[in-house]
Amino acid sequence: MPRIIFFQPDGQRREVEAPVGSSVMLAAVQNNVRGIDADCGGCCSCATCHCYVDAAFLERLPAPEDMELEMLGGTAAERRPNSRLGCQIAMTAELDGLVVRLPDRQV
Amino acid sequence: MATAGARALVVVGASHAGAQVAASARAAGHAGPIRLIGEEPCLPYQRPPLSKGFLLGKVDAATLPIRAAAFYREEAIDLLPGTRVAAIDRSARTVTTAAGQRIGYDRLVLAVGARPRLPPVPGIALDGVLALRSLADAERLRERLPSVGAAVVIGGGFIGLEVAAALTALGKRVTVLEAQDRLLARAAAAPLAVHVAAVHRARGVDVRLRTTAARIDGADGRTRAVVCDDGSVLPADLVVVGIGVVPETALAAAAGLACTDGVEVDRFASTADPAVLAVGDCCRHPNAYAGRSLRLESVQHAVDQAKAAGATAAGRPTPYEAVPWFWSDQFDMKLQMVGLCAGWTHHVVRGDPATGRFSIFYFRDGRLLAIDSINRAAEHVAGRRLLAAGRSPSADEVADESFDLAAAARA
Ligand SMILES: Cc1cc2nc3c(=O)[nH]c(=O)nc-3n(C[C@H](O)[C@H](O)[C@H](O)COP(=O)(O)OP(=O)(O)OC[C@H]3O[C@@H](n4cnc5c(N)ncnc54)[C@H](O)[C@@H]3O)c2cc1C
Ligand code: FES
Repeated sequence: MPRIIFFQPDGQRREVEAPVGSSVMLAAVQNNVRGIDADCGGCCSCATCHCYVDAAFLERLPAPEDMELEMLGGTAAERRPNSRLGCQIAMTAELDGLVVRLPDRQV
Repeated sequence: MATAGARALVVVGASHAGAQVAASARAAGHAGPIRLIGEEPCLPYQRPPLSKGFLLGKVDAATLPIRAAAFYREEAIDLLPGTRVAAIDRSARTVTTAAGQRIGYDRLVLAVGARPRLPPVPGIALDGVLALRSLADAERLRERLPSVGAAVVIGGGFIGLEVAAALTALGKRVTVLEAQDRLLARAAAAPLAVHVAAVHRARGVDVRLRTTAARIDGADGRTRAVVCDDGSVLPADLVVVGIGVVPETALAAAAGLACTDGVEVDRFASTADPAVLAVGDCCRHPNAYAGRSLRLESVQHAVDQAKAAGATAAGRPTPYEAVPWFWSDQFDMKLQMVGLCAGWTHHVVRGDPATGRFSIFYFRDGRLLAIDSINRAAEHVAGRRLLAAGRSPSADEVADESFDLAAAARA
């Protein structure tokens, strides 16, 4: 199963397994990784699953759809070039070892 | 009973609002025990996907919990699923469960939500007539789908329309009955409703306005057809009722707390008894944005009010002042609403509705009240910032697509 390495807002490193097809947001919630709120439950409507994807993985991810890009305009923490919404990133085998940093706030 | 040094917090209702109150009280420094008591047998879960991805089979139950079990353990939140609270004794400061267990509290938060309203028509109890509120409801609905050819949805509100869209996408013949002269009569403005009706009809939904169900006919206890007030007969193997909800006020009312379409609370979510708070769908609160008392049914409201109430319960009184927002997904429409449009006198459409991507801005006396966006998330998020900051661009400005809304929101 592909792994995701999260860095929580408190700096703690959390390595979790995420089934192929599942989202980065779900992997965080299901493993009690702190720093993701996911208020809309993955409907791409709240922007509280904001995360920073490590540059090395950025081009391995499918490009964000328009809706995600537009919602990224509403993140609480600073939007950066590597900002993504965790609920819109589906895990694949190629993403094994994905490094994701969580912002200090989601609202 | 807990001692003053470790005050006990009891939360009744373990869903969006209840889970958030418990988490926020802990985060705000509540040091005593926290009990989160919920009637449903599972972890608190996300309700919105039930009428969207879950119905479509894109989302399964395992992905619905709002937080993992480990979260409640780590936060020392004692979750009691499958437990119904039957009574509150405010003088003794205890709640009694249906099984007869008495649990003491120093602070009590009611987060008991709402239940679907059912029309009093003959046949409502037939097998095949369902309302959609809980995961159990959604599972029953999903299990039935393989044997459904035609469905009737009673009520053209958000949940009814989401169900209609999902069932249509699954290849069912769907009729929506709406008593009013337009869809979304309770929850949204006419300009949005007109567009939504057109999209549903274009996708093959038979939308019947000014029409109600007079009775539901069955055979061998199973639903066969809906007979409308105009005499028309619609064959139906499935009837989904979505005519709104009734707030759960029985517990509070029996305990002598004031209830009028919801448990009455102040801007700190407190009832007249300072030891008892109420949050989410079950309460009627003075809404800072609307400038009047109302009841809201949304995840935003449940979560934001619960954050304030959690801090208040932890001894840090915090008023609830968030700008309301809501979303709904139907077919390829992502509807996002921010603000409250009640009392609007003028509206402006930004973008071309024919493209399926546009926003509707609602004004009263030149002041922006609310924005409905259809597949225009950027304008929704800009709108959230504008309204939170109390800024109001003019109607002329928003009508001009070259006017930079996001910049106005940042200014
Ligand atoms: C199908 C569906 C789709 C929705 N879609 C959206 C959407 O897209 N966007 C949006 O913003 N909102 C949506 N909503 C609304 C949103 O889910 C509600 O506003 C929200 O769930 C309210 O949260 P709550 O915690 O106040 O109440 P509820 O979620 O109703 O939870 C109340 C809980 O209390 C429990 N309870 C009640 N009485 C007792 C008792 N005596 N003892 C113990 N437990 C008790 C109930 O079993 C329930 O689990 C949707 C709702 C439904 C049903
Ligand atoms: S969970 Fe709401 S946008 Fe991702």
